[in-house]
Amino acid sequence: MPENDFDVVVVGAGPAGSCAAIEAARSGLRTLLLERGPFPGSKNMYGGVVYPRILDDLIPEWWNEAPLQRWVTRRSTMVLTDTQALTVDFRNEAWAAPPYNGATAHRPEFDRWLADHAVAAGATLLCDTTVTGLLRGEARRSGRVVTGVRTDRPDGDVTASVVIACDGVNSFIAKEAGLYGTPNPKDFTLGVKETLALPRQVIDQRFGVRDLEGVDIEIIGCTGGINGGGFVYTNLESIAVGVVLKLTSLAAQTTRPEEIIARMKRHAAIAPLVEGGELVEYSAHLIPEAGLRMMPEMTGNGLLIAGDAAALCLAAGIWLEGVNFAMGSGRYAGQTAVEAIAAGDVSQRGLRGYASRLSDTFVLRDHRKLRRAPELVLGDRVQHLYPSMITGMAERMFRVDNPSPKPGLRRIFREERKRAGVSRRALLRDSRDAFRSFG
Amino acid sequence: MIERDSTWPETSFSDRMSTVDFKVDDKPHIVVDGKVCADCTTRACIVACPADLFVPTSAGGIVFNYEQCFECGTCYLVCNHEGAISWSYPEGGYGVIFRTT
Ligand SMILES: Cc1cc2nc3c(=O)[nH]c(=O)nc-3n(C[C@H](O)[C@H](O)[C@H](O)COP(=O)(O)OP(=O)(O)OC[C@H]3O[C@@H](n4cnc5c(N)ncnc54)[C@H](O)[C@@H]3O)c2cc1C
Ligand code: SF4
Ligand code: SF4
Repeated sequence: MPENDFDVVVVGAGPAGSCAAIEAARSGLRTLLLERGPFPGSKNMYGGVVYPRILDDLIPEWWNEAPLQRWVTRRSTMVLTDTQALTVDFRNEAWAAPPYNGATAHRPEFDRWLADHAVAAGATLLCDTTVTGLLRGEARRSGRVVTGVRTDRPDGDVTASVVIACDGVNSFIAKEAGLYGTPNPKDFTLGVKETLALPRQVIDQRFGVRDLEGVDIEIIGCTGGINGGGFVYTNLESIAVGVVLKLTSLAAQTTRPEEIIARMKRHAAIAPLVEGGELVEYSAHLIPEAGLRMMPEMTGNGLLIAGDAAALCLAAGIWLEGVNFAMGSGRYAGQTAVEAIAAGDVSQRGLRGYASRLSDTFVLRDHRKLRRAPELVLGDRVQHLYPSMITGMAERMFRVDNPSPKPGLRRIFREERKRAGVSRRALLRDSRDAFRSFG
Repeated sequence: MIERDSTWPETSFSDRMSTVDFKVDDKPHIVVDGKVCADCTTRACIVACPADLFVPTSAGGIVFNYEQCFECGTCYLVCNHEGAISWSYPEGGYGVIFRTT
């Protein structure tokens, strides 16, 4: 048999792909990293906060070199109705010092930096190259063996022992390999955001931070009738303001995404934060939102799927983490390819180490733990009834209605629950679900 | 109630899109079959496409322009008419190029 062009071909130089390539190349495998954009990160958009602790052993002291904006030391969760806001705000000074926690970052910078590490490890990075299909060899009981990829370059076929698909949310590779069924729009949300420029001191003052400290605000109740949520993140000299919208819910009404952002920006609790910011970039991208329920089979013969391509993004209300899950699963895919190639068996069986690596680590453990969260958080009650119930309770607690005496907490709770149209049984069930998923 | 003056002028949609960098290919990566769209009652693409690239015509069809596309995938997912949209990524190097995302 003629020798393959490469040992490993990685499709997509996002966080999953670059981490897979770093692992493979550092173990001495001939590794090709393919990216359709002109540079890694050029096609990638997110909220934005990265949680890079998964890099601690791969790139020691990554915090000294990664292109980051601000360390997130404040995390707020806001519940909005049209005229009210209830915010839970947490601040932690320790997150501004090693080993840090989360940081805002621009993906065109962060992803490029991570891909540079793959190149430094010996991988070949080829940008401006779209993979258009899989090359397949002999048939096996468990499906035909993937032997490489077809690209849109002239003579663009590349053969390899293992292909690692890290091609993101629309993963045409996983679909072509038959590992995915037909995608269901209700499993996806559309993220749209504005990058708004503001002077650094203005951001410091508005958000109550200094030096390199930054803020992450997650918002619920800001998307009108559409199921979703909003966010505000601080960069060094800009803020990211956007919404995440359930596709089926967006498609079923008539307000466009940019108008939903505009409405959120006009809210009394948001307007003072964003006012005067100059729009420097508008962007959009999909999120695989449904977690475990939508995950494909992640291993084929000669094929591994990682990151958003495998729906490994964790989108569970107060958590929106995909980059760390991509980096983690990319690393485990890379390690599995190394192991299988060394053992001379890249069949689905030979690659089964991937499933156990995912299963034993945060990647699938967090997903299993939070498996009920996406449906709960994007469900109609959390979206449309609870915000009004919660802010209504706050309003009654803080209202001084003399000469009426203060009502008791239990009465407030009962009346606001009824006013918001939440049945006792539904509330009990949701509390139990919330307890099970978050507890 | 206090009238808040927080209604600074909204950016026009074309100004909004002019903040985004594109390297436009002369070949479209997405093709929409207006004949199929003529029978469509949901018209979900019109409200959902973040780049507002689906424009209804007075004759009941759809005009689509691929040039300022985010390559997000929303349109083919919300469209429930088989064959209306043929969707692929642009050729290597072409399409949207993000900077501060
Ligand atoms: C609005 C929004 C907010 C988010 N907020 C956060 C957040 O705050 N924190 C967080 O951790 N995560 C967040 N996420 C999720 C996160 O962005 C993703 O989970 C993460 O980017 C997945 O990484 P990946 O490497 O799997 O895929 P991607 O980052 O999508 O990378 C895929 C790469 O493959 C390339 N590619 C695709 N197809 C081909 C092909 N055929 N040929 C060649 N190259 C190809 C693409 O150009 C791209 O570079 C958010 C996502 C969105 C949309
Ligand atoms: S593209 Fe699809 S959703 Fe849009 S009008 Fe045509 S058939 Fe309808
Ligand atoms: S891929 Fe996204 S931006 Fe492009 S046409 Fe479809 S919905 Fe619009």
